[in-house]
Amino acid sequence: MARFRGRGMASVNYPIGMNLGGDPSQALIHSNPDGKFTVALSAIDLGQGMKQVTRQVAAETLGVPIEDVYVDTADSDTGPHDMGSFASRGTHRMGNAVIAAAREARGVLLEAAAEELEVNAADLVTDGKGNIHVKGAPSRSITVRATAQAAQFKQGKTIAGRGIFLIPLSSVDPETGEMNPNTAFAHACLVADVEVDDETGEVTVLGMNSAYELGRVINPKMVEQQLVGGAWMGISHALYETPEPYYPNPDHGPRDFNEYLMPGPGDIAPYSIAILERPAPDGPFGGKGPGEMCANPVLPAIANAVYNAVGVRVNDLPITPEKILRGIRANGGAKPQARRGGAL
Amino acid sequence: MMEFRKDLFSNERDDDLNVVGKGVQRQDAPGHVTGRSPFFDDHAFEGLLHLKVVRSPHPHARIRRIDISAAERAPGVKRILRGADVPVNRNTLLSLINFGKDDEPTLAVDKVRYIGEPIVAIIAESEAQALAARALVRLEYEPLPAVFDVEEALKPGAPVINDIYPGNYFEYHEKYDHQKLRFGDVERGFAMADHIVEDRYQMSPIEHAPTETNGSIAAPEQNDRFVVHSCAQGLFFSLGTAAKIVNLDSNRLHFIGGTVGGGFGGKVDSLTEPLSILGAMMTGRPVRYVLDREEEMLYGSPRGAERIYIKDGIARDGRILARQIRSYFDAGAYTRLSSYAAIKCTAHLPGPYTIPNVASDIYVAYTNRCPSTAMRGFGITAVDFALEVHMDKGAEACGLDPMEFRILNAYRDGDMKAHRRVAKNTALIECVQVAAEKARWPISDEARRQSSLTGGGGARAEIPATPIDENGRINRPETRGGRPTQTLPAGTMRIPLTKQPIMEGSTENRPKAPAVPQYEPYRPAAAAPPPPAPAYTPPPPSAPPPAPAPAAAPSASPAPASQHGAHRFSSVFGTRRR
Amino acid sequence: MAKVPVQFRLNGSDRAAFADPADNLLTVLRRGLNDFGPKYGCGQGTCGTCSVLVDGELRLACLTLAASCEGASIETVSGMADGPNLHPLQQAFMEHFAAQCGFCTPGMLTAAKALLARNPNPSRDEIIDGIAGNICRCTGYEPIIAAIESVARGAAAGQRR
Repeated sequence: MARFRGRGMASVNYPIGMNLGGDPSQALIHSNPDGKFTVALSAIDLGQGMKQVTRQVAAETLGVPIEDVYVDTADSDTGPHDMGSFASRGTHRMGNAVIAAAREARGVLLEAAAEELEVNAADLVTDGKGNIHVKGAPSRSITVRATAQAAQFKQGKTIAGRGIFLIPLSSVDPETGEMNPNTAFAHACLVADVEVDDETGEVTVLGMNSAYELGRVINPKMVEQQLVGGAWMGISHALYETPEPYYPNPDHGPRDFNEYLMPGPGDIAPYSIAILERPAPDGPFGGKGPGEMCANPVLPAIANAVYNAVGVRVNDLPITPEKILRGIRANGGAKPQARRGGAL
Repeated sequence: MMEFRKDLFSNERDDDLNVVGKGVQRQDAPGHVTGRSPFFDDHAFEGLLHLKVVRSPHPHARIRRIDISAAERAPGVKRILRGADVPVNRNTLLSLINFGKDDEPTLAVDKVRYIGEPIVAIIAESEAQALAARALVRLEYEPLPAVFDVEEALKPGAPVINDIYPGNYFEYHEKYDHQKLRFGDVERGFAMADHIVEDRYQMSPIEHAPTETNGSIAAPEQNDRFVVHSCAQGLFFSLGTAAKIVNLDSNRLHFIGGTVGGGFGGKVDSLTEPLSILGAMMTGRPVRYVLDREEEMLYGSPRGAERIYIKDGIARDGRILARQIRSYFDAGAYTRLSSYAAIKCTAHLPGPYTIPNVASDIYVAYTNRCPSTAMRGFGITAVDFALEVHMDKGAEACGLDPMEFRILNAYRDGDMKAHRRVAKNTALIECVQVAAEKARWPISDEARRQSSLTGGGGARAEIPATPIDENGRINRPETRGGRPTQTLPAGTMRIPLTKQPIMEGSTENRPKAPAVPQYEPYRPAAAAPPPPAPAYTPPPPSAPPPAPAPAAAPSASPAPASQHGAHRFSSVFGTRRR
Repeated sequence: MAKVPVQFRLNGSDRAAFADPADNLLTVLRRGLNDFGPKYGCGQGTCGTCSVLVDGELRLACLTLAASCEGASIETVSGMADGPNLHPLQQAFMEHFAAQCGFCTPGMLTAAKALLARNPNPSRDEIIDGIAGNICRCTGYEPIIAAIESVARGAAAGQRR
C-alpha cells in the first residue's frame, strides 16, 4: 500500500465566439454634458467580468480616464441587441462593438474640441487623463469636460456613438465539413502533478503549471480570476463531478450539494501560470477570451498524470477511486511509469 | 501565481495602452461585497405570486389524464396552467437563428420524454401553497420503453423518443444523420502508419451548479407591457424565446438582467421566463418562478455526455498520418443546443495539430434524459479530454516524450486545417515550450527552437484529394457504413470564404487610433510561405523516419469540384417547421 | 395558517414582520423585510449563501425558523459596512479579486466575519475550515482565502504595533 506520484500534460486551443459567426453584438455610448460617459449594453455579466472588460475597452478607445466611464447592462429597453454571454464571445464580440461605438463618440468629441480650439480635429490627441490637446503642442489643450459642455450647450452636438460587430454567418458543406468557423483561437498547455493512493484509489492534485496564450490581456487580474477558477472546475470535472455516476445508467444521481461532489477550499492545489499574448487580428486590441478554455487542459492532464503515477488509463470521466482501484487490480498492482523532469 | 511572458510575440504588440492591460478594479466589485448587486430575485413586488411545476416521474410515458380539480381548490391557488394554455407550445432554442425544427413543449401535453419534464404549472400566493397544491394534481401515465444509451438509440427499432426526429438523431443539411468531416484519405494514412492507436472515451454529464439557481420574476408594467427580471445568459436570446412562446411582440417585454450568479452555460435555455410571463399575463400580478436546488440539480439541463472513438495512424518518427473520430452527443429528449455544438466540435477537429488525413462523424442522439445544453467549453471540452489522453497514448506508442510529440505535430501559421481554412495566429508550440520550462520538464534543444511562426505552409497548406461518401442518409439505414462514392480533387473548396474583419492592434494593421473594423481580402498563406523550419527530429525513436506521405492517388471517378456559390441559409441550419 | 409577528434587530435597527410559523429566516429577511443581501442557493443548508449572524453566531438563514429569532440581533452583509466605509473584509475581497459572479460573496463575508470574531489570527487551515460550509463555483477559493488571510494578518500586525 503506497502513494504514487505522477505527472501528465495536455495542450489545447480554443475557438473564440459562436462557431459559424452570425452572432452580432451592439453597443451604444453617450456622454453627460460634463464629459462622463455611459456605455449601454444588453450583455450579461455572470461573473466573467463583462462590465469591467467593456468599461476598460471604452475608456481606452475614448481616451478618457476609466473613472469617467460606467457600463450600464443589461436592460432590453436601453441596451441594444447582443447574442449573449456564451461561447467565449463576450470580450471578442462585444469588445469590438464597444470599440466601434467609442470611436464614433470620440470622433464627435474631437470635432467639438477642434471647434473650440480652432484647429483641425485630425491634429488632436487625448492624454487619457481628461484632456485633449494638439499633437506635439500640449499647451493648446481643452478638457473633455469643457468640450462636452461646449458640444451640448453651444455647438449642439451629440457626443455619442453606435457600434456593432458581426462575423458573417458561414455555411457548412455536408460532405466535407468545410466551413468558415471561428476567426480567433487561444492556446494553452498545462502540466499536472498528482499523487494516487493505491489502497483508496484517491487522487490528490499536488500542483499545476500552465502557459496560456490569450491574445491581448484586457485586465490581468480578471484573467487570473478566470484561469484559477477554471482550473478548479477542471479538477472538479476530472475527479468528482457527475449527475450520473454509472452513465448511461441514469440511477444513483445526486440531488444536492451533499451528494454532488466538488473540491472544497481545502482541496485546492498550488497553480502557477504564464501568460503569452499574441494579439488576435480581429480581437479588441487583439484580445481573445479565456472564459471557457481554462478548464479544458486540466481534465486530460490529470488523466495522463494518473496513468503516469499508477499505470491505469481511465477513459471515462470522472476518474473516481472505484475506476482507479479496478484498473490497478486488472493490472495486478500499481505500475508507475517514467518520472518526468522536475515532477513534484 | 501568474506571470507574463512579454518576450514572446513582442513584435506583434505595442504595450503602450492607457488602461487596457491594467488590473484595475471591477466595476461590479462594490456591489458584490456589499450585497447590493441586483440579481434577478433581489426585487420586491407587492402581491408577488409563486409558480411551481408538476414534473414527470417517468422517463418516457404517454399522459392519459391530467386532473387539476383538487389542486384548483387548494388554498392560495390563483391559476393553474397546462400545455393548452401556452400560446406557442413548441419551440427549439435555435429557431431564433433558424437552426433546426421546433421540437420541445413548454408544458408536456400528450407524452413525457424525461424524468422531470414540466407538465402543469401552479401559481399560488406562497411557495408553500404552490407546493401543497402540486401534490394534489392527479396524473395518469402509460409508461413507454425508454432508451438511455446513445448508440442503442440509433439502432433500428429503438423506441422513438422525439417524434420530430423519428430516427433519434438530429438531421443535418436535410440529408445526413450526422455531421461529417472529410480531409484527405484516412484509410491510406492508416495503411502507411507504423502504429495504430484506437480507443473509446466517455465524457460524463456535468451539472452547471451555479450558486444562483435558474429563475425569473415577471410583472405587469405600465403601458400594457411586462417587466421580466431574468438570469438569462443572453438577454435578447431569452426575450426572443419568451416572446415567441407567449406570442407577444418583443417590445411588449422589458427584460432586465445582466447580473447573474454564475451560469456556465446553464442559463441559456430560458427555463423559467416563458412561464413567469404567462403567469403574469394570466393573473395580472407579479409571478416568480425559481428552481429549487433539487430541480436545478436534476432538471436544470446538464452538460451533455459525449462518447468519442478515436483511431490514429502514426509514423515511426511520431508524425500523425491519419486521425478518425466518431462521436455521439447525448442531447437528451430535445435538441436545445446540441446540434450546434456538434458542428463546433467538427470545426475543432483534429485538435491543434496538422494531420494530413482526417475524418470524423459526429452524431447528436436523443435519449430519455433531461435535455442537455451548453456548458463552459461546449463541443470542445469532452473531445479535448479524449484527444489529449489519446495523444499521451500516441506518444507512448512511438516512444516519444509527450511534449515532443505535441510540438512535432502542432499546427503552425500557414497550415491547412481539416475544415479547409488556413491557420493563422497560432501559438501552441510556444505554450508547450513555456509550460515545459515552468514545470522543469526537460525537452530537447530542437524542440525548444521550434516556432509557430515558421515551418508551416507550403505542402502543409495544401488541401488533399478527399474521398467522400453518402454514409448515413436520413431514413436510409442501408447507407450506413457505405464506401466512398467519389473523390474530390486536391484543392477543392465549396464554401465561400467569409471576409474577416481586421481590428487595430494586430500586425496586419499596426495600432494607431482604434479603428473601426476593416475588411481585407482573403490571402491564402500558401501564396507567401514562411521560411521552412529546420528539420526537427525529436529524440528517442531509433528507426529512421519514413519518407513523407505521398500525395493521395487520383480518384477512380473524379467528380468535378462543385464550385457553386453561397449555400442556402437553411442548408446549414436545416429546416424550420412550426 | 395564521401569521405570527416577529420582532428583532436587523443590522442595528428594530424591525418587525408577520411570518408563517413555518417560514425560515431567509424568506422573512428577503420577502418580508426586503433585505436581499443573504441569497437563496439551496434551501437545504448545503451552500452557505444565506449565512447570517444571529446574536453573533454564524447561522444558515434557510434552516433557521424566523419565529425562533424573536428578540435576537441579526447581522447580514447589508449591514457589514460602517456607513460609507467598507469593512476590512469587504475591502480585502475587492483588493484580492475574491468575487466573480458575487452570489456567494455575502455568505462568504459573513462566514469570514464570524471566523475572525472568534479567532482573530487564524491559520490558513483554520480559514479553510471557516469557509468550508460556503460553496463558490467561480473562483476556486484561493483569492477568498487570500483576502481573509490578509485581514487576519493585518489585524494581527495592528495588535502587535
